[in-house]
Amino acid sequence: MSEAGAAVLEVKDLKTVFETGLGAVHAVNSVSFDLMPGELLGVVGESGSGKSVTMMSLIGLLGSTSAIVDGAHVNFDGKDLLKVSEDELRAVRGAGIGFVFQDPMTSLNPVFTVGFQLMEPLRNHMGLSKSAARMRAAELLDLVGIADATRRLSDYPHQFSGGMRQRVMIAMALACDPKVLIADEPTTALDVTIQAQILELMKELRNKIGMAIIWITHDLGVIAGIADRVMVMYGGQIVEQAPVNELFQNPQHPYTRALLKTVPNIRGGRAERLRVIEGQPPIMFSSPRQCTYHTRCTHAFERCLKFDPDRLKIGEGHDVACFWDPVTGEPRDE
Amino acid sequence: MNEAPSAPLVRVRGLKMHFPVHAGLLRRHVGDIKAVDDISLDVNESETLGLVGESGCGKSTAGRAVLRLYDITDGSITIDGTDISNIDQDKLRHLRPKMQMIFQDPQASLNPRMTVAGIVGEPLVEHMSLSKNERLDRIYELMDAVGLARSFANRYPHEFSGGQRQRIGIARALALHPKFIVCDEPIAALDVSIQAQVVNLLEDLQERFGLTYLFISHDLSMVRHIADRVAVMYLGKIVELAPRDELYATPLHPYTQALLSAVPEPDPVRESQRKHIILTGDVPSPANAPVGCNFCTRCPKAEDICRQIDPEFREVAPGHFTACHFVTDTTRKTAGSTAGNEANT
Repeated sequence: MSEAGAAVLEVKDLKTVFETGLGAVHAVNSVSFDLMPGELLGVVGESGSGKSVTMMSLIGLLGSTSAIVDGAHVNFDGKDLLKVSEDELRAVRGAGIGFVFQDPMTSLNPVFTVGFQLMEPLRNHMGLSKSAARMRAAELLDLVGIADATRRLSDYPHQFSGGMRQRVMIAMALACDPKVLIADEPTTALDVTIQAQILELMKELRNKIGMAIIWITHDLGVIAGIADRVMVMYGGQIVEQAPVNELFQNPQHPYTRALLKTVPNIRGGRAERLRVIEGQPPIMFSSPRQCTYHTRCTHAFERCLKFDPDRLKIGEGHDVACFWDPVTGEPRDE
Repeated sequence: MNEAPSAPLVRVRGLKMHFPVHAGLLRRHVGDIKAVDDISLDVNESETLGLVGESGCGKSTAGRAVLRLYDITDGSITIDGTDISNIDQDKLRHLRPKMQMIFQDPQASLNPRMTVAGIVGEPLVEHMSLSKNERLDRIYELMDAVGLARSFANRYPHEFSGGQRQRIGIARALALHPKFIVCDEPIAALDVSIQAQVVNLLEDLQERFGLTYLFISHDLSMVRHIADRVAVMYLGKIVELAPRDELYATPLHPYTQALLSAVPEPDPVRESQRKHIILTGDVPSPANAPVGCNFCTRCPKAEDICRQIDPEFREVAPGHFTACHFVTDTTRKTAGSTAGNEANT
């Protein structure tokens, strides 16, 4: 999918550390990836794997209170987002990179009308007049499939259902024609039939608008249906990345392989017993000095406890951070 | 596993749970939220009945009503031969050991100020007269059964991960040797890799102690894994109930068909080839259900009759029940219903 050319977003060596009462927690550990124009990149991982924190770090949404964000660079639109001022970052968040959060209940302000909230970025970031912003807001609601858009602008969030509110959030993120849309578990809080509606909408919008999308989720089914390329995160690192078909057909990392097997299927064969990944995801009290997955890995051997594996390219657009080779069932050559 | 017992362990007929809506200055009764509106089901001994549906469909309310955590509006509930639909809470208390519940949110359903031993031991204190040592033995036994190390007995819930907390909740539910457990979304709050651990544990315990589950969930793939039979709820009613394989292979009700179609499959090739049924609109409010069939506002197959007459919930194939005007009946009227069926009372 990704044509050769410049990446719209280029992240290199991103690190995020939280100072907590229990000590420093290394939530993101040297994450690097590129996002191509028009591509839909899926990010999969369990809670605490660092998938949301990665995305929030790179657009400065964590605030400076307890999080320390560091890295080589985050290049977007000719700027390094790690070095620009807070004002510039605000402009990027408004117009360059849109964000859709998981919970449409809490991310809309209950005391303002939907129209007001939609018009706010249009007036602030695009400098539209009130009437022009109103027209554009109605257009946006219409675009995300809300009927009777003009009238609904004066409704408050509580007058919308969960699925409708998520549509409003998407409309808001799209308001200033962003180049990149980051969607953080946008359908997790929704029912499956409503999720199906939103997935359908996103596919449609993508074809219409052609922006690049980062889609964060823990649901492999959603990823299979929507993504072009997938990154699997564990312990604040990208452990595997591949085009979507390749990842599902030829998973390399033991974590990816286990994750694919632990989810029961709704069609096809039914296992008598679910495969289990024993143990718990780690809490990273230091930056990784060994493989973060070794405590739960069934293939771990000596080298995994001594070194943290680098990402190794094993195919077109496919890389994996693991010392074990699933083809031979043996450690990879050093 | 599926031998036909003489009578189902749990038998629910015409269960209704309506919550009154009061409005205005005088708090007048202006209507009812029909959270559960006339459902009938049986749960056989040692089986798992899956109860699925989307949020707000009444599945949790149904589960709680079956255990009489509410005073029900109408209907009858028989558990292990005892009719519990109208008995008062005092008497009900003596029956509680037989029927237990596992809750969705292990964070909210465990008292943060009690230790694991305190939480797991509380039902023993309330319902049994054991000496301190006997009680501790039983607590350890339960902790072993759910895979918690005995050394955790004096720790507090916040020291545990979500999966471990759910194990504490399960140990508490098992304390009094229940026969019937309502599992209300027991894995919804857990991570994917932890869900499988808890589901396997529930299956092991079922086999070991001969438990009967009503497994409430919105996760259709997981229900396919764990349930023997599955009931699908929509807006307070059961729209379809069938043996698991039959329900997933040949769903008859348009809602079940749409619901199953909406579940994405972790396989990009099949996912791109599959035909999706996308429902339009949202679920109507249970305070203001449509006339006729509850699903008529979103049903792709709805016709005039659906907006006028509420379809009857009937058996259309052996053990396969549905409420839709357009499903043809293939059962022979003479055949007696087999185990676990909703023969009318």
